[in-house]
Amino acid sequence: MSILVDSNTRLLVQGITGREGSYHTGQIVEYGTNVVAGVTPGGKGKTVAGVPVFNTLNEAVAETQPNVSIIYVPAKFAPDAIYEAVDNGIPFVICITEGIPVMDMAPVYAYVKLKGARLLGPNCPGIITPGQAKVGIMPGFIHVPGPVGLVSRSGTLTYEVVDALTQAGLGQTTAVGIGGDPIIGTSFVDVLELFENDPATKAIVMIGEIGGNDEETAAEFITAKVTKPVVGFIAGQTAPPGKRMGHAGAIISGGGAGTAADKMKALEAAGVAVADRPSAVPGLVKAKLNYA
Amino acid sequence: MNIHEYQAAELLARYGIPTNPGTVATTPDEVEQAAANANGVVVVKAPVRSGGRGKAGAVKLAKSAAEARSAGEQILGMDIRGHTVHKVLVAPGVSIAREFYLGVVLDRPNRKLVVMASAEGGVEIEIVAKESPEKIRTAHIDPFLGLHPYQARQLGFELGLEADKVGGFADIVLKLAKLYQELDATLAEINPLILTEEGKWLALDSKVSFDENALFRHPDFEELRDMNEEQATELEARRSGISFVKLDGNIGCIVNGAGLAMATMDAVKLHGGEPANFLDVGGGASADQVAKAFSLVTADPNVKAILINIFGGITRGDIVAHGIAEAMGRVGVTVPIVVRLSGTNAEEGRAILDENGLHAVATMDEAAAKVVAAAAA
Repeated sequence: MSILVDSNTRLLVQGITGREGSYHTGQIVEYGTNVVAGVTPGGKGKTVAGVPVFNTLNEAVAETQPNVSIIYVPAKFAPDAIYEAVDNGIPFVICITEGIPVMDMAPVYAYVKLKGARLLGPNCPGIITPGQAKVGIMPGFIHVPGPVGLVSRSGTLTYEVVDALTQAGLGQTTAVGIGGDPIIGTSFVDVLELFENDPATKAIVMIGEIGGNDEETAAEFITAKVTKPVVGFIAGQTAPPGKRMGHAGAIISGGGAGTAADKMKALEAAGVAVADRPSAVPGLVKAKLNYA
Repeated sequence: MNIHEYQAAELLARYGIPTNPGTVATTPDEVEQAAANANGVVVVKAPVRSGGRGKAGAVKLAKSAAEARSAGEQILGMDIRGHTVHKVLVAPGVSIAREFYLGVVLDRPNRKLVVMASAEGGVEIEIVAKESPEKIRTAHIDPFLGLHPYQARQLGFELGLEADKVGGFADIVLKLAKLYQELDATLAEINPLILTEEGKWLALDSKVSFDENALFRHPDFEELRDMNEEQATELEARRSGISFVKLDGNIGCIVNGAGLAMATMDAVKLHGGEPANFLDVGGGASADQVAKAFSLVTADPNVKAILINIFGGITRGDIVAHGIAEAMGRVGVTVPIVVRLSGTNAEEGRAILDENGLHAVATMDEAAAKVVAAAAA
């Protein structure tokens, strides 16, 4: 078992002929994900890594019945790509694109909710269910199947923790990157709920960072609804206030809201074992699972 | 992206919000001239963005042009929170009957824009939020339809305004929300928004910041950018695809990925060191990017050692290692460098780095310990 993507995933790639889109489609196909179609306006008739390209989502959906879409379209055009996916009935849309203005994301977020679809990202590495489907830009080979569900706002920091888990003999059910922007489609709470309901997931690792209060909201949810053990890590303990740390959403406000210390405190109060460094995560997971 | 207060006032005026911008003056002579032109009581103030400027003595009331000149002499050249005052604003004095707060921001937990209003004007909103949150009234902006006029009126009534004052208030609320949305702001704030003795609304002080990601829609904003030297370096870095933030420590950090870069700073601290910067070199970590990162980090004379932390994902470790070696050849780095290389083809990468005389280790903890020791040596 796993969450959101698996061997039944039929993936469509939006922006498949672009530099990022074509490169990562190759990697995704190589991993064994079932990629059924790609879309680039004017790209019809081409193939990328053996995947047929269509001009419109409408056409691609009619001919290939995808159930997940991944977007590698530049920031200026990415909101339109999300609308196109949702309007064509794709239930799960993953947006890798970084740099989409907040003013564009506010209506996108509301629209996706209204249509009952799910958006992952933007500004995220995607999602992987080891051995079944890789839908993103993460290095597939560091992941192995196992009992740990992982959710993170970051990219390379996620790989770091996944690698540490794998080295320690702890595989993953699914690893989800929710993204580093101020407005993201899927929150910690959404993913925690999915992991809680996934029988194969025995423990959950959540990796947060400074900015916003999604970690605090997650802590409340963990207290109320999560019965499985949770291990956490928060990046940015040394970040100064008022400065954006790379991610558009990673900023401690002038008023001092969104610090790592506050988030760690909230998670600890919810019974989460909070690691002081990424390499400490596997040990805490093992302790929670009573592994030797 | 931040802009000056007087520029914010200009934008507000463009949207039809009444302001009291004043005149910019850079010398005592200009201050005196501006005060003489205003022909009455003026306020001379430093256009700095930090709160607490009143306490610093950077806002002075002057009853004559001569008094204004002396106020200008005192404020020009003043140091406020590390920023030297190079210009002042000379604004006509106004008779304040009541002060309000009005702001538009993103309400992150709800993923919606929100208008905040309070009858506690002139005080930082964060302080009001902490001490008396019930005094802040809010209205969410509909993501498809914008702010409705009824919401703006309701805010006015909730602040206790008399019926004949609500119309003028609601008009300003709607205009500020429109400005926020059309100009891709991340903050649009009027504090205080005042009602004068004569019953007129006036935006006395305002702050506007913009979404960096939306600047492609507003190329004209570049010339408004309010920058000190540090921010100029950060901007230069961003133009080469590098996220850089200067900090006060002595250990330079070069990392791929924002989350990992923050975790690397934390690791340095955990091992007893102080990071000199945040730096995300971007996805590829090519020789060009690494060379640029070296020059950014070594421009800081405090830096005593550099930690490079790369987790090779899609980018292979051996390619990154060649990049680092090449960049070192191009930029003469004199301080010790510790490299942590892990992930794809990491062993090959570490071997390449060893050949080039670099410490290359496999874990972040080991690297952090080594770089802290190197900086202390």
